[in-house]
Amino acid sequence: MASTAEDTAMQGAQDGVRRRDWIHIAALSTAGVGGASVLFPLVSQMAPTADTLAASTTDVDVSAIEPGQSIKATFRDQPLFVKRLTPAEIAEAQADDAADMRDPQTLADRLGEGNAEILVNLGVCTHLGCVPLGAGEGEDKGEFGGYFCPCHGSHYDVAGRIRKGPAPTNLAVPEFEFASESVIRVG
Amino acid sequence: MSFAWAKQYEPKTDFTKWLDEKLPLPRLVYSAVGAGYPVPRNLNYMWNFGVLAGFCLVLQIVTGVVLAMHYASNTEVAFGQVEHIMRNVNYGWMMRYAHANGASFFFIVIYLHIFRGLYFSSYKAPREMIWLLGVVIFLLMMATAFMGYVLPWGQMSFWGAKVITGLFGAIPLVGEPLQTWLVGGFAPNDSTLNRFFSLHFLLPFVIAGVVILHIWALHIPGSSNPTGVEVKKESDTVPFHPYYTSKDGFGLGVFLILFTFMVFFLPNTLGHPDNYIEANPLSTPAHIVPEWYFLPFYAILRAFTGDLTIPFTGIVLVQAKLLGVIGMFGSILVWFFLPWLDKSPVRSGNYRPMFKKFFWFGLIPTMIILTICGGAPAEEPYVVISQIATAYYFLHFLVILPIVSQIEIPKPLPFSITEAVLGKDADETAKAATATPGTSAGTPAGATPAGSPEPAE
Repeated sequence: MASTAEDTAMQGAQDGVRRRDWIHIAALSTAGVGGASVLFPLVSQMAPTADTLAASTTDVDVSAIEPGQSIKATFRDQPLFVKRLTPAEIAEAQADDAADMRDPQTLADRLGEGNAEILVNLGVCTHLGCVPLGAGEGEDKGEFGGYFCPCHGSHYDVAGRIRKGPAPTNLAVPEFEFASESVIRVG
Repeated sequence: MSFAWAKQYEPKTDFTKWLDEKLPLPRLVYSAVGAGYPVPRNLNYMWNFGVLAGFCLVLQIVTGVVLAMHYASNTEVAFGQVEHIMRNVNYGWMMRYAHANGASFFFIVIYLHIFRGLYFSSYKAPREMIWLLGVVIFLLMMATAFMGYVLPWGQMSFWGAKVITGLFGAIPLVGEPLQTWLVGGFAPNDSTLNRFFSLHFLLPFVIAGVVILHIWALHIPGSSNPTGVEVKKESDTVPFHPYYTSKDGFGLGVFLILFTFMVFFLPNTLGHPDNYIEANPLSTPAHIVPEWYFLPFYAILRAFTGDLTIPFTGIVLVQAKLLGVIGMFGSILVWFFLPWLDKSPVRSGNYRPMFKKFFWFGLIPTMIILTICGGAPAEEPYVVISQIATAYYFLHFLVILPIVSQIEIPKPLPFSITEAVLGKDADETAKAATATPGTSAGTPAGATPAGSPEPAE
């Protein structure tokens, strides 16, 4: 719009540039900026609300989890699987670190620094968002002893890595830290 | 806006004369769906579905507004509120069953309407705009139906919403923030339910607006007809009222018999029992399926199981999930290009022997197979079958249709609609005497003049 104004001004008065042209440009610019500034709140109101965002960190007490046991918690309205791995599972996962995988990651990558055995995964299949089985007692753990999604048959290993089936990536590991010896803070 | 011989509205009483001067609404109706709208005299029952679709829209708006008077879009109470409508509200069960089955019947009617258009090439010039607006209406209907299915907040509602909004997450870079923005959270929640209710209420009125444009665009060239030959003169047409108001009325009666039978005797047959379990974000139903009318598109979505990679390098260009999303939306977007993909000058499938074979033995079975596969679990042999069917679907529109329309030899068209109906046309006899063969070769109707050689079948 500015360049149009300059172009018009350059052509000089003989082409009939009038003072009113400036009013037109100013009025349209003001209306345009005003419209755009109304658009932002209209779009932004659809983003997650403050209370949804406020609930976006979750503390989980991991002290009561026995080795080999998983618990299901909720993180951002989605299931969270927290598992204390047994030494056998750790050995199995480390042995598979070099295996051919769709989304290669080592066990150490997935546990994070200073964490030897607490595996934290979002319980959301990366294919189409179903909740995989395997965290509950007696559930099907799939061919790799970890998690199995019944919707479209994705198999995850003990470290939550995708090994077979349509899911494109490993189960998500949310950011978390040890708030104390026994409590992890997720988010 | 209409043919020269269209009758004009003539107000008879003082009141209608007064009204015609101030607001000529009766005149508009008279010219749009009354005696003032000349329509080809040879329309068959496939031409009933436009009016039926309009009826379905009104039915859905009326029952929907009633349901909204008793519903509450809050995740705490929504599921119970639907049961409240079913048990406590006077005739609430009837309104809800009519609305739920009404959606299914709306889609049945629309699919027949679309397939009528595909077979008789109603999308060709001069009716491209009607077709394009129709595809827009169909997309709006899909969005409306999807959001409506979320409102009862059952297990299928929740997980359907999660899977479908998850599709947007497949878009590179902006996918995840876009998904969070659409849902208003990290998984479907109270914000999601509220915005879906708001939009589910709004969109039918948007559809009604586009329907008005659809009908407006239709009234410029007038209705097509089963021969595909354009209207030439008054004897080719009859007034819409009373001829087609009565024919459509009969069709509506048949429709209502089938519809009320479903509403009163098989109200849940087309639904899914899992939706009578309240939504649980921590437990997925074993088998997520959309409503039956989305199954072909769901099958296309799931048919893409492999990533698009550069051969032998393992570099992934497009992930399987995104390919599925592109395939699913592409399967409908391809309809926008139909008027230009199909180059045949002949409209009606009745006069296109090759096209007709591919339509009945290619496209129709493919759609049926995709519907079956979309409802089946994602395991063999359904995956391979849906992949083959998906491949055919796109081949049909993007390759077969353009090639067939170039190479096929159409059957000779009747000289006029009058001849098609009566077997003879006095004007043609007169014309043959003056010996002016095959005029207007550029226009679809005249492309194969009477007397052209018989096509090799």
